[in-house]
Amino acid sequence: MCATCGCSGTAVVRLFPVDMAGAAGPHQHAHDHAGHEHGPHEPEIHLHDHSAQGDERTVQLEQKVLAKNDRLAELNRDWLRERGVLAINLMSSPGAGKTTLLERTARELAGKMAISVIEGDQAAMLDAERIRSAGCDVVQINTGAGCHLDAAMVAEGLRLLDPPSGSVVMIENVGNLVCPALFDLGEQARVVLASVTEGDDKPRKYPHMFRRADLILVSKTDLLPYVDFDSKRHAADVRKTAPDALMLQVSAATGAGMNEWYAWLRRRTPAPHE
Amino acid sequence: MHELAITESVVDAVTERLPDARVTCVRLEIGALSGVVADSVRFCFDLVTEGTNLEGARLEITETAGRCHCKVCGSDFEPDGPIAICPCGSIEINVMAGEELKIQSVQVA
Repeated sequence: MCATCGCSGTAVVRLFPVDMAGAAGPHQHAHDHAGHEHGPHEPEIHLHDHSAQGDERTVQLEQKVLAKNDRLAELNRDWLRERGVLAINLMSSPGAGKTTLLERTARELAGKMAISVIEGDQAAMLDAERIRSAGCDVVQINTGAGCHLDAAMVAEGLRLLDPPSGSVVMIENVGNLVCPALFDLGEQARVVLASVTEGDDKPRKYPHMFRRADLILVSKTDLLPYVDFDSKRHAADVRKTAPDALMLQVSAATGAGMNEWYAWLRRRTPAPHE
Repeated sequence: MHELAITESVVDAVTERLPDARVTCVRLEIGALSGVVADSVRFCFDLVTEGTNLEGARLEITETAGRCHCKVCGSDFEPDGPIAICPCGSIEINVMAGEELKIQSVQVA
């Protein structure tokens, strides 16, 4: 099995390009990750056989466990930069409103900003169908047993999406506040959605996720009158955990705060190549 | 759950660097604040190494303690769990150690 992307004869990871006409088909996951290759990138190690007995010896490796994912993520980042595409890694717990946010964003920015979406879920095509109905090109990645997207899956997704320069690729990670924080996908910005229905204690309980965020969107703010969510306490904890992150309050149901989110996106979107 | 992918990354990295060696022991360093649970990696290891040149290898994990500096009270402390909170209650901290996630060495036959 390919340990990075999890692909195997039993097809652990499945990618489904969903075209605008609604036709979706499983993609045969070949070992061709958008121009980068599997193979040794580390200096070769020569084992000196000191004895015919084949006695054991220690080989120092001293390398990061996620070195390969990090390397693939850098290749994705280079590819996106050369193409002039902004990629956002959108993360949250399940049900925080990632897909609803993307649906409204796609509808309201139609004709103003080209947006395509990589959808990560353990199973099913439900989110991809919703995004496609909102008018976006979308690739669904089903991670199977996996609880997060990794850089190899995103490389494949980008190759299938083929986003034009000057556009935005939203990578909707698997709903999970733990695992996705560890895996660099090659994105230029990390956006964490924290819904008011989840409670205000998430930054204290999941600091890994919040610490590396560039933008924190407090979502479902239309429900604030009905839930026990201390906005001041939440904001103070976010500030302590991620001092440099920007924080915005949004409601994808009413549209409140969405213009600030769009302005944030526009500031980061590269100009299309001539 | 990401420990499965982490363990696969370990096996992948070792087989990539040493494709022809029979590996008998793998030594990892996992920091207390790395977000990876050493016991879960141990649980996955035999499953993931099956059919590779690491099959049957021993797994030795050095669990590095976390060390943090509190920006509020100024003290250095060792967090008592995977989440760094100063005994004074502050989460405004700098992590000085404990985020390691490394393959240190392997033993080959």
